[in-house]
Amino acid sequence: MGLSRGTTLLLPFLAIMVVFFVLPLCIAVGYSFMAPDPMGGIKHEFSLAGYQRFLYSPDLQGNLHIDTRYLEIIFKSTVLAIFATGLCVLIGFPMAWFMATRPEKQRDFWMILVTIPFWTNLLIRTYAWILILRDTGLVNSMLQEAGLIDEPIKLLYTPFAVGLGLVYSYLPFMILPIYSSLERMDWRQVEAARDLYATRLQTLRHVVLPACIPGILGGVVLVFIPTVGSFLAADMLGGGKQMMLGNLIENQFGMGRNWPFGAAISVILIAGVMIGLMVIARRGQGLKEVVG
Amino acid sequence: MSDRLIIQSVTKFFGSASNPVRAVDDLSLNVRENEFFTLLGPSGCGKTTLLRLIAGLESCDEGQIMLDGVDIAALPPNHRPVNTVFQSYALFPHMTVNDNIGFGMRMQGKDQADIQKATAEALELMRMQNFGARYPSELSGGQQQRVALARALVNRPKILLLDESLSALDYKLRKDMQIELKRLQRETEITFIFVTHDQEEALSMSDRIAVMERGRIGQLGSPQEIYHRPVSRYVADFIGICNFISAGSLGLQESGHIGFRPEDATILIREGQQPDTPGPIVHGRLDALAYHGAVTYYQVTLDSGETVTVADHEKLPVNVDARVRVALLPDMLIRCAS
Repeated sequence: MGLSRGTTLLLPFLAIMVVFFVLPLCIAVGYSFMAPDPMGGIKHEFSLAGYQRFLYSPDLQGNLHIDTRYLEIIFKSTVLAIFATGLCVLIGFPMAWFMATRPEKQRDFWMILVTIPFWTNLLIRTYAWILILRDTGLVNSMLQEAGLIDEPIKLLYTPFAVGLGLVYSYLPFMILPIYSSLERMDWRQVEAARDLYATRLQTLRHVVLPACIPGILGGVVLVFIPTVGSFLAADMLGGGKQMMLGNLIENQFGMGRNWPFGAAISVILIAGVMIGLMVIARRGQGLKEVVG
Repeated sequence: MSDRLIIQSVTKFFGSASNPVRAVDDLSLNVRENEFFTLLGPSGCGKTTLLRLIAGLESCDEGQIMLDGVDIAALPPNHRPVNTVFQSYALFPHMTVNDNIGFGMRMQGKDQADIQKATAEALELMRMQNFGARYPSELSGGQQQRVALARALVNRPKILLLDESLSALDYKLRKDMQIELKRLQRETEITFIFVTHDQEEALSMSDRIAVMERGRIGQLGSPQEIYHRPVSRYVADFIGICNFISAGSLGLQESGHIGFRPEDATILIREGQQPDTPGPIVHGRLDALAYHGAVTYYQVTLDSGETVTVADHEKLPVNVDARVRVALLPDMLIRCAS
């Protein structure tokens, strides 16, 4: 009994999926249910300590008390990610529109411009923002030069800088899927809508947006997931003052030396994102009808 | 009948500023009320551009477009009381048939009850009562065509513009839709402006035809005028088959060329045979013949070296390479500028 040709061809792909996705995920889930080794790493015994730590903290007598600090971090990170994702939609849509309405020959040029940031490491690009935003940086020195301000404005190490860094880092992931759905759209539908008494705004709302919903949803997923778990922007542009979910996880595997706790937060994050995605997938169809 | 649409010296440039191309070149015409008017021409003659200028999807560089006495040339498409049936239909894929048809009225803020009533009527007019809840992707090409028509007609436009609307359909369906379009135009009493490159379609459906040539009108007239009295060789050649031979080879005392349609001549195969109607006769040799059922086409090379095509209802007992004579109907000769 042999495997069918189709299944055989799928085997390399399945192997890659197992090695790169299933295995690491299993390790993370497995570690989250084990006990921490004070020297780092894990002790191979079953324990719910990682999850317990998330909601409760012990006092000096060893009694457990409800501790909402980690919930607050999750809440803060989610709000920041929603905010950054929303901004990416608001900025990304007009940019994608601009690209898709260029003559066909020019579009590749704009595509390359959008992808250029990927040619450089994210760490270096985030560091570049420090040079731009700091008190003696580009923005402040230009404003002072122009005589608009006397004292430098505090830009770096603020929530504004963190948001800016996130939007900057993940904007291309919003532009590209929206662009791809705009480019595939039949533009004669826009003409048909205008011919059928729709104003420009009505055409955008009733014809263009519905055609873009798959692209926008794709972009939202691609931007929200990395931003909710990102730690680079919060560390470098926020000055580490704001503890984000990403920083929290990173700390547990680094200085915190509590791998099970880090793994548990990761699992909670993954579960949360998965539930969110399922809601979006179910609502996606409904959203189309609402906008239509 | 009075004029519904008057187009006055309209010009539209395309291309770069240094190398402008006149897609529509100083063109004037009038379309009457309740008329089936056809813009006919090969691709690139400017007929679709002219249609888009009327719809407002392109803006004209010069000239006026008067609709019922009002210049609409500067209005955006949503302020023009005309509607278009697009070549590709351009139905909204995320809306049901009902929502597609009601779109124009919704955008105008019409009453929900009115929209429902008008949509139901439009579906009935198209004989598609049971398809209202479907999506365009669930319809055949012919059905999509009908929805596109209903979506435009339901707004009761002053003019319905049809851009090569039948060219995507297969032959049989196209024939049915031609009859259907004529019926709709009669029943709705809406002025139709129909763009096509299919001369047969134009002849069979139109009240009047404008044959377009490089952004200008080659000839404007009834199908009979265009067919039997073309003003130029371009028009004669574009509408059906037309033979042109020099007046000299017909034995006529004039210069230039004389044209005639294949069916306006007969083949004489017997020595001394006389045509039913006396007229010019030319001699030649039969090159080829093609039997088409209702008619048979005979291709004859004349002694002057010119080649002509003659259509006869009869399949004559004659073989290729035989000597034949071609008798022309004297009243049907076409004299036009080359």
